[in-house]
Amino acid sequence: MPTTQSSESVEELKIDATSALRSADSRDQLEAWRVEYLGRKGRLTSVLRGLGSLDIEQRKVVGASANRLRAELESLFDERLQQAKSARVPAGSIDVTLPGRKPALGGLHPSTQMIREITQAFNEMGFQTIEGPEIELERYNFDMLNIPADHPARDQFDTIWVDQDSRDDILLRTHTSPMQARVMEKTDPPVRVVVPGKCYRYEATDATHEWQFNQVEGLAVDEGITFADLKGTLYEFARRIFGPSRKVRFRCDYFPFVEPGVDMSIDWNGRWIEIMGAGMVHPKVLENAGYDSDKYTGFAFGMGPERISMLRNDITDIRHFFANDLRFLTQF
Amino acid sequence: MKVPVSWLSEYVDIDISLDDLADRLTMAGNEVVAIERTGWIDDVVVGYVRAVRPHPDADRLTLVTVDHGDGEAEVVCGAPNVAQGQKVAYASIGAVLFDAYSDEPGKTRKLKRSKIRGVVSEGMVCSVRELGIGDEHDGILVLDEGARVGTPIGEVIGESVLDIELTPNRPDCLGIVGVARDVAAITGNQLREPDVSYESTGPDVHELASVEIADPDLCPRYTASVIEGLKIGPSPKWLQERLASVGERPINSIVDITNFVMFELGQPLHAFDYDRVVDHKVVVRRAADGEKLVTLDEKERKLDRDMLLIADPERGIGLAGVMGGANTEISDTTTTVFLESATFHGVNNRRTARALELSSQATLRFEKGLRSGLSEVGLRRATKLILEIVGGKAASGIIDVHPGDGKERQSVEFRRDHIKKILGVEFDSTLVETTLKNLGFNFRRRDYGWQVRIPYWRPDISIPEDLVEELARIIGYDNIPATTLSGRTPKWQSQPALELRRRVTDALVEAGMRETISYSATTTTGEARINLPVDTPRAIKLRNPVSADFAVMRRTLRETILETVARNSRTWRGPIAVFEAGSVFLDYGEGLPEERQMVAGAFAGPRNDLHWDASNDSSDFYDAKGALEAVLGDLGIQAVFEPDEDASFTPGRTAVVKVPAADHLAIGVVGDVARDVFAQFDAEVESVAMFELDLAAVLKVVQDSGKSGKFEEFVRLPASQRDLSLIVDTGTTAGQIVEIASRNRIVTSATVFDVFQGEGVPEGKKAVAVRLVYQSPNKTLTADQVAKIEQQTLKQLLNELGAELRV
Repeated sequence: MPTTQSSESVEELKIDATSALRSADSRDQLEAWRVEYLGRKGRLTSVLRGLGSLDIEQRKVVGASANRLRAELESLFDERLQQAKSARVPAGSIDVTLPGRKPALGGLHPSTQMIREITQAFNEMGFQTIEGPEIELERYNFDMLNIPADHPARDQFDTIWVDQDSRDDILLRTHTSPMQARVMEKTDPPVRVVVPGKCYRYEATDATHEWQFNQVEGLAVDEGITFADLKGTLYEFARRIFGPSRKVRFRCDYFPFVEPGVDMSIDWNGRWIEIMGAGMVHPKVLENAGYDSDKYTGFAFGMGPERISMLRNDITDIRHFFANDLRFLTQF
Repeated sequence: MKVPVSWLSEYVDIDISLDDLADRLTMAGNEVVAIERTGWIDDVVVGYVRAVRPHPDADRLTLVTVDHGDGEAEVVCGAPNVAQGQKVAYASIGAVLFDAYSDEPGKTRKLKRSKIRGVVSEGMVCSVRELGIGDEHDGILVLDEGARVGTPIGEVIGESVLDIELTPNRPDCLGIVGVARDVAAITGNQLREPDVSYESTGPDVHELASVEIADPDLCPRYTASVIEGLKIGPSPKWLQERLASVGERPINSIVDITNFVMFELGQPLHAFDYDRVVDHKVVVRRAADGEKLVTLDEKERKLDRDMLLIADPERGIGLAGVMGGANTEISDTTTTVFLESATFHGVNNRRTARALELSSQATLRFEKGLRSGLSEVGLRRATKLILEIVGGKAASGIIDVHPGDGKERQSVEFRRDHIKKILGVEFDSTLVETTLKNLGFNFRRRDYGWQVRIPYWRPDISIPEDLVEELARIIGYDNIPATTLSGRTPKWQSQPALELRRRVTDALVEAGMRETISYSATTTTGEARINLPVDTPRAIKLRNPVSADFAVMRRTLRETILETVARNSRTWRGPIAVFEAGSVFLDYGEGLPEERQMVAGAFAGPRNDLHWDASNDSSDFYDAKGALEAVLGDLGIQAVFEPDEDASFTPGRTAVVKVPAADHLAIGVVGDVARDVFAQFDAEVESVAMFELDLAAVLKVVQDSGKSGKFEEFVRLPASQRDLSLIVDTGTTAGQIVEIASRNRIVTSATVFDVFQGEGVPEGKKAVAVRLVYQSPNKTLTADQVAKIEQQTLKQLLNELGAELRV
């Protein structure tokens, strides 16, 4: 009989539905359950649709029990859904979006970083890092480097002099080159050194000029060192600092302490930018330091780490370097 | 040096583009920093004036029919000099011309179609000013008859100027011919040297004038000629234009010619009014101290005996190679010229010019030390041009006094193997010889290579290396290979000071501090703010500081680090933890000062960045001390911090850092900066903690101990730890407690982990909690043994410090 069948099927439906609901854990499973039992084409709906074939008494009884079941299942479903949702935040959960306890990070000044990078590149080619005095004698800064007093080349080095009663030959070194003379005076060949350090010039300060700046000097002297070695060494340096594909140019330039003289430039967005001065050590410089210039040759170079840093880091004002503004320093 | 290309082309053909030329000159050592172009204006062409008729409504205007090659145009013109049959510069509508009526230099405006007094003007006939090639605006520019109608105007009037940044070794390039020689060498094109030959029809020059060099050390050569029968006026237009193109004002024909030759060949000359030279006799001598001379600029100059004077028997008539005297100046009435072309001592010339603050084009050249051969060439060239341009009669022969003969090097022995020695590459002889020839160098082949004659225009050539550079720069640095440095590597030598500074710097960075670098110079009043110790040596003064703010070299890093703190306190809201490692300069009176390596660091503002779980406390003494401890720990230095006094710091909140193992050597100081010190720095933080480390002292400690970095085998037996909670007087220090607690060798560490004053602790007392770790190197300790040691320790603490166990 259809009547009993219908009324039994509400009971069966209840058993099926509640057991299926218990085994549904995830929201996807719960949704599938909802569609199967409570959906518009679901099993409970089809029971209710079947009411029309029953007589009025049975219709009342079955209809009431089916509606009770619907309310019951809906409430059970809500409960399970809440459980499923809260299961996503396990007990003891924390807010992982809160910032961590980050150790305070210090940092090196960008000039120091650049100097280290430059000197390391040369260290790996056998050049040792040494340092020299920032307050120098005219003799080392100029005379021994083939720049005698009143030489027009001194115009290239606007000098800040030390004011002393007893002597007038003390100055703030205008370049790190005096260490060329000092090193050769003290040691026999072979020499391979890089010399970083502060230099000073009597110069008006603007976005591209500073009266204080760093320089890195280099010197290699021995028998058989040539201009080709100079090129090879500086190419290798440029490859390390500016990347292997950077175009590099060597052109003739003049510095009194080298012959031939070199200006090394790199291609920077289609413009040649001078990176360093270099050249073969002038025989007079070798002789002034007591080296036999017939026997020994060498090359020297010098560059400004701040200028290189400005290029690589897009710094447009050199005055940032010694202003010690943390808004600048913390970017490096 | 400005090198107008049209002028340069007089001496050498330029058959490559200007950009290429500029690039190759740059590569060869004459850096072209800019190519300036003038007279190249779009939409302006050569026009032919077909007809001129009056404007119907304006007396001063005309209607000009111009054939511009692409048809005809009728323009309204206001120039009085326009005439039928002229070739003119015709600008069509849309051309951008220089605004002739603007005071602003270089201002341009676009030509629009306009009605002038009722007549539409289809363009314009231009003046020199509108074309941007001169100032003239009284009439239109009339071009050469030969100019082809329709040609872009730049091809007729355009000029390109190479702006060359010369190096001090190349005074030859301070003459256009010098640059032309380089162009010839680079391109292989023939150089056309200026003609220096002329016919002299006058009497023997020695009958007209004489020269005596009294101080040959300052004047190795003096050449002179005399030209009579002159009528002096303005020089011709072409000459004036040449001078204008290199920035010189025209003066009169004679002076213009001497200037022209200076810019052509690089030899400065001077012309005297012959009739005003007493006895027509020139004496080259040092001035007497205090001797006076009125120079061409009408200024009276006081001379000294280091200055070289051109004189006649009675008085000075010129300052050698610097500026002529007013008394013998060329004027309209001059009819005979005594022309001087001499070689003066470079350094002396430079000193004189500097002493009198008279830098001139002549000194710019003489100071480089010109070769004496150039003077004769310059003299003959200028004499020739005077005869050609001004007329007159040249005396026959030249006066040539050359006491410096034999003192200049004449040739260089250029060994073939020198090229390989310097460059690392061999050039074949043909290439070497061609290059030398292209440079204008004469040579003789020798068995060793070449004997190269030094050209009169190249004072910078004196040794084989100079010739190697000549070859390399002309052949091209690009054509020399690049090789890897081979051969011996020098012995490594330890650089302890440098390594120490690096290590300390790294440790401070790891401790969270930011490295800063300040200027090495300051002021004494600035330094006085930190209350320098009384025994600080006096500051090293700079004779010519860049500004009064940098008058002396710094003797301390404390000032600059506090300045850094102060400056950042106004703009930086996070923690300020900064340090600097660098030299201070201490003058002990003998020779160079001591450059002592120091480190100073400072903490100010909040200890932490703003964080949900970090305190907002300000940093203090213990941050500065902690950073120091990190450094010392890294270096393996056992140091103690003893209360001390230092005028930069607050009393009672200052410690000196000493190393007991090194005779208690003081290596640094740490403390809260004294309020009255810090108040002078205008900072927006409440307090600053600062430390200073003397790296020279640290280095001594590290070197003497010689044990840093040694591994000690650790004990594998179990350790016990016990905590003691003590009540002590508030004046008792943690250091005292730890020292007593660590006496027993079984106690491997004693760490204070809590200090408390307040509720539950009697007035005048504090509670201190210490954790002791007990460990024996050779046996496992029993609880009894530990308890026994603890009892002993407690007894000592009680006896020596009155410490009691907290109950």
